[in-house]
Amino acid sequence: MGHGNYEEAIKKVYIGLGVLAVLTLVEVFVSLFGKGHIMGGVEDMKVVLWGTGLLIIVLSAYKAYYIIYKFMHMEQEVSGLQLSVLLPMGLLIWGMIAFFQEGGSWNARRQQIKEKDKIQVDESVKLEGYYHVPDDTKRYF
Amino acid sequence: MATETIAEHTEMEHQGQDSWSGGKEPFEASYGKLMMWYFLLSDAFTFAGFLIAYGALRFSMPTWPVPDFVFSTAPFGIHHAPLIFVTVMSFLLIISSVTMVRAVQEGHRENKNGVVFWMILTVIGGAGFLGCQAWEWNNLITVEHMSVTTNPFGTHIESGVYLEGDGHGIKEGDTFDAGDSYLIHYHDGAYDQLSYRTESGEVKQQEFGPKAFGALFFFITGFHGFHVFSGVAFLLIIALNAASGLYVKRKNGYEMVEKIGLYWHFVDLVWVFVFLVFYLL
Repeated sequence: MGHGNYEEAIKKVYIGLGVLAVLTLVEVFVSLFGKGHIMGGVEDMKVVLWGTGLLIIVLSAYKAYYIIYKFMHMEQEVSGLQLSVLLPMGLLIWGMIAFFQEGGSWNARRQQIKEKDKIQVDESVKLEGYYHVPDDTKRYF
Repeated sequence: MATETIAEHTEMEHQGQDSWSGGKEPFEASYGKLMMWYFLLSDAFTFAGFLIAYGALRFSMPTWPVPDFVFSTAPFGIHHAPLIFVTVMSFLLIISSVTMVRAVQEGHRENKNGVVFWMILTVIGGAGFLGCQAWEWNNLITVEHMSVTTNPFGTHIESGVYLEGDGHGIKEGDTFDAGDSYLIHYHDGAYDQLSYRTESGEVKQQEFGPKAFGALFFFITGFHGFHVFSGVAFLLIIALNAASGLYVKRKNGYEMVEKIGLYWHFVDLVWVFVFLVFYLL
């Protein structure tokens, strides 16, 4: 490694520091903007919530790429090593998305049960002609 | 690389045939470095398991504590400064990651003093992060009384007016909107759940927030903090070894420093995601 190469490598490190620092500050700013701390009122809009969330996730993914490829020197490894580490992680990201979906479904089902709990039985309807209903049955509905 | 000769290039092209004849490192990485990569991969799976639990539980709740309300205090009596303290913590880890890259570079040049100097700075960054985390945990546990099983950070699901004050921020007659956060304060050994009247005229009491929040927060940030602590311990040991001249004898460009460097960057990498899910979203 020549002398000029070394100076260049040091410069790259400090560029990396700048990239990560600026991205982190942008992330915090976007997050606070999305929660209505910078400009009041925007936090009630769904599009702001989704937009800022997506932007922060993309920026974090770029930070992760930068740390793995530049700081951990993944870009200098052979493609076999790259794939054997990154491919399982990539598949895991799909697993995470699937489980988050599942969590959302638990929420929806719980709400559904709560709504059904509120449904009242119409007591004016006579059921005797069809089958016998004990007096305490209706408390189960 | 520009310095690569044609001879080296042809050698690389033939590597596919030579790989199985023995005496070659798989993936052209030393055993230690390769295994460090696979350890980090398995560790990433452990963290992913935690984050899956966090995400699934968070999505399964109708409300979730708002991070810019929960994490809005900082040392020296700073209040209502959302995410500021945790941003400082993130910067400590980023800076210590950069000093680690410098230590690895000096190792490649076989510069003993440079390696030790940059590793000491990395240790200071890591220890600073741990100190900040200790302050944050202490604030949550002893001041705000969050625990693994109790989450005093709640969210109003409809608008209303308070019927009593808590002696902190809330006074009798204060109004609130749906989606507003509150902290149930702890007085004389009990949580003080304030009563309020909703817009529809019902009188209710402040309810605790999703119970899983405390457990998820303490376990995930604790597991990450434990990684930082182990990292600081190993960095110290390897810095001492480097200072003693142990790695000079090995003549392998301070590979041990490179390996602990991989681990340390991974700790920073995990923090990117902990920071994302707990504080930013």
